Amino acid sequence: MPKDGGIGARTKRREDVRFLTGKGRYTDDINIRGQLHAHFIRSQVAHGRIRKIDTRDAEAMPGVVKVFTSADFAGAGGLPCGWQVTSRDGKPMLEPKHPVLAEGKVRHVGDPIAVVVAETLDQARDAAEAVVIDIEELPAVIDMKAAVQGGPLVHDEIGSNLCYDWGFVEENKAAVDEAFARAAHVTTLELVNNRLIANPMEPRVAVGDYEDHSGMHTLYTTSQNPHVIRLLMGAFVLSIPEHKLRVVAPDVGGGFGSKIYHYAEEAFVTKAAQVLKRPVKWTASRSEAFISDAQGRDHITRIELALDADHNFTALRCETYANMGAYLSTFAPCIPTWLHGTLLAGNYRTPLIYTNVKAVFTNTVPVDAYRGAGRPEATFQLERVIDKAARELGVSPVELRRKNFIKPDQFPYQTPVAVVYDTGNYHATLDKLLELSDYKGFEARAAESKKRGKLRGFGLAHYIEACGIAPSNLVGQLGARAGLYESATVRVNATGSITVFTGSHSHGQGHETTFAQVISEMIGIDASQVEIVHGDTSNTPMGMGTYGSRSLAVGGSAMVKATNKIINKAKKIAAHLMEASEADIELKDGKFTVAGTDKEKSWVDITLAAYVPHNYPLEDMEPGLEETAFYDPSNFTYPAGAYGCEVEVDPETGKVEIVAFTAADDFGNVVNPMIVEGQVHGGLAQGIGQAMLENCVYDENGQLLSGSFMDYAMPRADDLPFYRVDHSCATPCTHNPLGVKGCGEAGAIGSPPAVVNAVIDALHRGGFTHVTHIDMPVSPARVWQAIHG
Amino acid sequence: MKLSDSREIRAEPAIVWTAILNPEVLKACIPGCQSMTGSVAEGYEAVVKQKVGPVSATFTGLVQLSDIVEGRSLRIVGEGKGGVAGFAKGSADVRLEPVEGGTRLSYDVEASVGGKLAQLGSRIIDGFAKKMADEFFTRFQEAVEGPDEEEAAASAAEDAPKKGWFKRLVGG
Repeated sequence: MPKDGGIGARTKRREDVRFLTGKGRYTDDINIRGQLHAHFIRSQVAHGRIRKIDTRDAEAMPGVVKVFTSADFAGAGGLPCGWQVTSRDGKPMLEPKHPVLAEGKVRHVGDPIAVVVAETLDQARDAAEAVVIDIEELPAVIDMKAAVQGGPLVHDEIGSNLCYDWGFVEENKAAVDEAFARAAHVTTLELVNNRLIANPMEPRVAVGDYEDHSGMHTLYTTSQNPHVIRLLMGAFVLSIPEHKLRVVAPDVGGGFGSKIYHYAEEAFVTKAAQVLKRPVKWTASRSEAFISDAQGRDHITRIELALDADHNFTALRCETYANMGAYLSTFAPCIPTWLHGTLLAGNYRTPLIYTNVKAVFTNTVPVDAYRGAGRPEATFQLERVIDKAARELGVSPVELRRKNFIKPDQFPYQTPVAVVYDTGNYHATLDKLLELSDYKGFEARAAESKKRGKLRGFGLAHYIEACGIAPSNLVGQLGARAGLYESATVRVNATGSITVFTGSHSHGQGHETTFAQVISEMIGIDASQVEIVHGDTSNTPMGMGTYGSRSLAVGGSAMVKATNKIINKAKKIAAHLMEASEADIELKDGKFTVAGTDKEKSWVDITLAAYVPHNYPLEDMEPGLEETAFYDPSNFTYPAGAYGCEVEVDPETGKVEIVAFTAADDFGNVVNPMIVEGQVHGGLAQGIGQAMLENCVYDENGQLLSGSFMDYAMPRADDLPFYRVDHSCATPCTHNPLGVKGCGEAGAIGSPPAVVNAVIDALHRGGFTHVTHIDMPVSPARVWQAIHG
Repeated sequence: MKLSDSREIRAEPAIVWTAILNPEVLKACIPGCQSMTGSVAEGYEAVVKQKVGPVSATFTGLVQLSDIVEGRSLRIVGEGKGGVAGFAKGSADVRLEPVEGGTRLSYDVEASVGGKLAQLGSRIIDGFAKKMADEFFTRFQEAVEGPDEEEAAASAAEDAPKKGWFKRLVGG
């Protein structure tokens, strides 16, 4: 019988009741009496010098309260970057200022120049037409290699477009080169990891409010991490002490990374509300989101794999150009480095690895983490080069992988790229995948496709990711300017119900359901007795928020830690009430019993005693039942899995259809299998979107050509197959209390190489053996061109 | 984007040349042109109303003539600012050469757009630019050489500037 509550139950998402009935409370639903509306005037050119801004006519227009420019932010700091990467020569990365509103120069299409604040949005938009902005257009640099080879400078004051030149592991470089010199076979692949636009369903919104008499600022914003925004904006941009700044991120309609960062619009509405003494609201239009939300991926990579005569991987060498865009977004520098280079061992025993990453400024929208963040880029290049090596050597891609897997008895496994995998069983997920995808029956299916003139291909990809970021002392050494613990306060109410205040943030992940399941399991009360509160810095403990598949692994662990404190205290109270030894008290199904007796107290007896302490050991213990815990993980978690994609290619048109997709994941323990499957489905849709459809394109002048849903192809239901997903090959995480690893990004990480591998396999089966690689998205045009050489 | 084309006009090069330098001709030939003032030496200020895909806007801009080789070639450079709709800019290198029965007019056009026009209209901008260039030179041809006989009869009743009006004006 499946469980109907607690850990492991397929509990329906309680938050869906409000989302599906239109009762969600998103930031745009917040309207404060007297609020003004802000309209941003953004650069139409990718690079230019601001000669003049004349706001006088606009300020005289109906309803206009004020037009802001950078002059109004003279005392403010720039938007800070939260991670410092050090170059191979020991120098820190170049870190140009990222002003709230453009100062002197504009550096990408969409760079905010001025803001009209008016009584109504229509008035603000009308007045924006009257703001005279004279810009001298400068040559823009879009191509990364041109940018570092003498192209126009994005930031004149730093003298270079090369943000950093990172080598990892620098000490291994000579040994890697030597291994390549000795290799029996070397496979080389050059590829592009295409730039993506996150496009969460809810565009970004920010509402600033200010209370003159108390000096209290409130920012309502579409954020994945309100405490991080409070810290960055308060301390670095606007100089507001934390106790005078409240940041609220209510229901948030998807983030996928793009809502992690501190954005100019947040600082703007907060400051403008103070200046104007009225609330100020900004809601992004979809067009605005395309040119102001941080974008994702955008790597150009050359990867080489060295093998010995027995086909053992002996070394891996990579060179990557990573696009930063025009400014450093909050966590941008760590994505192509510490979230990318450290994953290049993949699931394999490759003993020597060296990667060089050059981060480059260009006149494009800033780039930062997007679902997977660095790990999809690492997985894509690795799984593509392994597939190419198998073809060159004439061996099965399945067997080449299996041969080089880290073996189940080798865990914990120290990789040559710093990280230590605690658990895993890659052979098991591979076997499960081959079984679920009926790999044995593939040849028969391929023959059947051939009869219909279609080329069928099977693509395999394995992935590993480092989730649950991270031990704070470790990331501190690696350049993080923040700790990466998580927090929870568990407040038991007098009559036994529980309110959990978590530092994690849910924007689609279903925390309100899963976190309640965990509490329900631990205490033995019904999940309906548990409320999960998140997203408001005024009532939740300082937390780092939700990204990198960390909520349950880190935030859940903090909650477990706090709940264990609660249980320990409750047992002391129970021991007092039942006049027994604390060591003999057991908690099961919401009842406290004394071992070996029939004495029993209910959960509510104890909670009531804690708040009505008439019979209570007051000399030994405080009344009340509320505990806070901070959890700082001792290691990353390492979800891993095997993905299989089956495609049919029409050689006449180049059209690719995904006919089957199978995912065998190891997420460790699973709290709610239904939610986990949903996360995998969503991740797969985004990974397949990247592989098949999505592409962010700028023209040579830096104009965004894929600037709307007319040109930026989002995956739709009919682009996707029914998935077969499985998470039964679980090797629980060894270092967090729930044994969980994280599941949010896996689908987006493992699926792109599986899709491309399948397309290449199909083409080879059709005799088009000259095709060794096709860059994503594998559109019909690209496939057709590849076929026709 | 770039595009090149040529067409033969049934008028002498001297007449074609004079027409190109005439702001009234430019105004009549630029599709959507609301006004045009200025001179060859100082350039023209123009107001042009156009709709590109989903974006409609009134562009105000400057048209300048340069690289003038009397009677043979010149460069027309224009930039129009459409406010929130974005901007469009382009140039046309125009060459005239005598052919039997008239003049061959050849042009190389380069055009680019920015802002919302590029963001929303990039897919249709090539076709749009080609249509604009075609329309401009077709109107220009008609203004200079006049219509076919039957077309002339058909358009005689309309109020619009008559085809061939420029040629008649200069007595060609």
